[in-house]
Amino acid sequence: MGLLKRRHSVLPGFGLTFGTAVLYLGLLVMIPLSALFIQSSSLGWRGFWEAVSSPRVVAACRLSFTAALTAALLNALFGFVVAWTLVRYRFVGKRLLDAVIDLPFALPTAVSGIALTALYAPNGWVGRALETWGIKAAFTPLGVVIALTFIGLPFVVRTLQPALEDLDLDQEEAAASLGASRRQTFRRVILPAVTPALLTGFTLAFARALGEYGSVVFISGNMPMRTEIAPLLIMARLEQYDYAGATAIGVVLLVLSFLLLLAINLLQRWSGRRHMRGV
Amino acid sequence: MAISVRHVTKTFGGFTALNDVSLDVRAGALTALLGPSGSGKTTLLRIIAGLEQPDPGTGSILFKQEDMADRRIQERQVGFVFQHYALFRHMTVFENVAFGMRVKPRDRRPSRGAIREKVRSLLALVQLENLADRYPAQLSGGQRQRVALARALAVEPQVLLLDEPFGALDAKVRKKLRSWLRRLHRDLHITSVFVTHDQEEALEVADHIVVMNNGAIEQEGTPEEVFHRPATEFVMDFLGNVNVFHARLSDGKLAFATCELEAPDDVPPDADTARVFIRPHDLELDLAPRHGPSLAARIGHIHAAGPMVRLSLEATSGETFTAEISQERFRELDLGPGMRVFVSPRGLRVFTGQ
Amino acid sequence: MGGMIQALRRAPAAGSARGGQAVTEPRWMSSLLLAVSVLFLVFFLFLPLAGVFAEALRKGVGAYLDSFAEPAVRQAIGLTLTVAAVAVPLNLVFGLAAAWAIAKFEFRGKSVLTTLIDLPLAVSPVISGMVFVLLFGLHGWFGPQLAARGIEIIFAVPGIILATLFVTVPYVARELIPLMQEQGTQDEEAALTLGASGWQTFRRVTLPNVKWALLYGVILCNARAMGEFGAVSVVSGHIRGKTNTMPLQIEILYNEYNFTAAFAVASLLALLALVTLAVKALVERRAGGSQSADEQPVEDEV
Repeated sequence: MGLLKRRHSVLPGFGLTFGTAVLYLGLLVMIPLSALFIQSSSLGWRGFWEAVSSPRVVAACRLSFTAALTAALLNALFGFVVAWTLVRYRFVGKRLLDAVIDLPFALPTAVSGIALTALYAPNGWVGRALETWGIKAAFTPLGVVIALTFIGLPFVVRTLQPALEDLDLDQEEAAASLGASRRQTFRRVILPAVTPALLTGFTLAFARALGEYGSVVFISGNMPMRTEIAPLLIMARLEQYDYAGATAIGVVLLVLSFLLLLAINLLQRWSGRRHMRGV
Repeated sequence: MAISVRHVTKTFGGFTALNDVSLDVRAGALTALLGPSGSGKTTLLRIIAGLEQPDPGTGSILFKQEDMADRRIQERQVGFVFQHYALFRHMTVFENVAFGMRVKPRDRRPSRGAIREKVRSLLALVQLENLADRYPAQLSGGQRQRVALARALAVEPQVLLLDEPFGALDAKVRKKLRSWLRRLHRDLHITSVFVTHDQEEALEVADHIVVMNNGAIEQEGTPEEVFHRPATEFVMDFLGNVNVFHARLSDGKLAFATCELEAPDDVPPDADTARVFIRPHDLELDLAPRHGPSLAARIGHIHAAGPMVRLSLEATSGETFTAEISQERFRELDLGPGMRVFVSPRGLRVFTGQ
Repeated sequence: MGGMIQALRRAPAAGSARGGQAVTEPRWMSSLLLAVSVLFLVFFLFLPLAGVFAEALRKGVGAYLDSFAEPAVRQAIGLTLTVAAVAVPLNLVFGLAAAWAIAKFEFRGKSVLTTLIDLPLAVSPVISGMVFVLLFGLHGWFGPQLAARGIEIIFAVPGIILATLFVTVPYVARELIPLMQEQGTQDEEAALTLGASGWQTFRRVTLPNVKWALLYGVILCNARAMGEFGAVSVVSGHIRGKTNTMPLQIEILYNEYNFTAAFAVASLLALLALVTLAVKALVERRAGGSQSADEQPVEDEV
């Protein structure tokens, strides 16, 4: 079996299950995704560059990137607070709060999209209040950030929660007994211990936000050069049968998310090693 | 049923777990595979069971002279008790024990009533009749252990294989289960092999002990043989406490610390250095030098709480070692820390070469 | 909400009876943190969710129910159910097969296979749909041949199913693999030594051990299959009464300013999401429950 040599085991069914898995993934994931790369390579560097360097594409990619980054940063901050309160405090309604964190995973993006739009539009419950302070949320880049914050929230909270639960209270007590204030303990003991989890959550939220489509298209207003995100532009190109243009933007997005995934893997390996050394 | 292991080698990646091991297990005996972790004892047990295969082309497992190579694990009729019991957590005690009978092909499956009867008698055997409806999570460690045993016995195996059967239990329960296993084996007389790293357990429970180290068998024999006549330094060291002295050999004389004596007959004449192994209870203490070989030492720490008194000693030539004497002898000599005593070995083993 | 914060206890942190003054924040600080996190969740999670139902029922229950009388809406619901009915069983079989191979065996290339399973999660939904357009679209690689034989994939139901399969590949497998890896192979080995066949071992030992994770994986897979928007939007062609799933129908109704109907359809999917969350909470309690039983074994009487 060459590369896929396995160690003998008495359990049956390896050939069948392994074969099924490889065949399924090959047909459904590998072949379609390689189609994307083969298609884009047929563009050549020049064609690729032309397709991605038009001002509209650059503006869309820039918006996707900055809005995703902003949303991920917001999630890192608020997600930390949420995870902290869920792990450390006891209060009425905690179970409900904890259960609802996964809502953005479970709610179809189109539903999230129209729900957020209804809420943050000028005539919506929150949008009306913001309007009185002169803030426009829906149909502006801020609306994009709101939608991306919504879908990224569980990534940060769910990666931080186990890390915070694993924290050894002894270490905090030791820090306190050595004269550290609560703030110093937080900065020097707690934060370093959960940084890998925080970074992982941040990166996951960022990667997800980069490619997000459904929850954004309703609230953004989709104005070219202003509130048009990269995935939407792909959609527009496809509707004009401009496969080359769509592919080029797709490759940019895909490479960005792969780089982020790679970063997470390296991060986890690094923090895993650090953990091992500590044990 | 007799089991023969013939020239079995097993490697995992670059690690050799078993190196050309051959072994005969006598029918009806209770055999212990004893060794430190990584010695290959569990791998050997799993190969006998059919849970692992020997490296291709390296040997065979015979049950009653019959090669098991092509026998699927289901057909080998071994009862295997796993170290952490591997009880099915979603089944009750009853269902766990009944499992092996219920999965039999329809034509060989006992009737419902027969299964119920059999499970009941097995649970009676392991003294768990009233826990049949409990789930494994509701049992103590010792109870889980006994359920695992009853489950293995339910398929009427030809061999019973136990992987560290008492490893996960605390010391008191372990002691109790040991004598219980001994009794059970006496009653059932099923060929049994168990793996342990605890020499005391092996010496107390087994008829036959196989001492393993680094993927090979160091020695096998009755508990008396391996304890009193260890074949190698490893066995000497692994079974019980032992003092080691570096000795010089010349003209048939053996010299270590400040002691000189006739070299035993089995020491090769051309050797010039050796290591002398003496068990702490094989050292006698006196206040004055005795007739015969002895060495002078000073008493360090005295540990008198126990059936024997253990003394840390320092020879005048610098070696430190321990001796164990009876409480009566200790009082008779009226020993105290810092006192000078003369120590004479009652029995010793000499090993030369690497 | 004041009451909520009032009810705040100085929690002796997570599952521990210890933890005194030294490891808690001052009271004003913990109250502030709790208020921030509750407000954040209210604005980002609770209000949008409540908004769905409020908008759907704004014109009364009658208007709400009327929304489902629309043939296009009924067709969308039917198509969504069809897609899920194909995608979920296929991914269930795949998930079990992949988890068995990955969790119970050692082989080279395992991490490659695991990464491949996760890949669809990292790909933008729009790209997930686009790859199938590149393959089967009218101007795609196989488009002309397919068109010549009269086989429609893109802008038809097969394309929607393919795109849905792609985005839902990871869900069942990802729930099973870590659990099955943690459980190891001892239970299966025990069953085999007791004479069980491979299939009996799988059905009577492995499956009951993972049933809750499997249930959650299936529910998640189903939620995504019914709710997928981006990928399906690319391949659907939005042919009214033919290739619209519920999320696509929501978009159409919303763009036609038929908000009541849009939110009515959305409310069904929101209910599905709530069921998903409830099942998750249930599964976690089950898993947690059996674990805590393991942690407090009965003492051995000596």
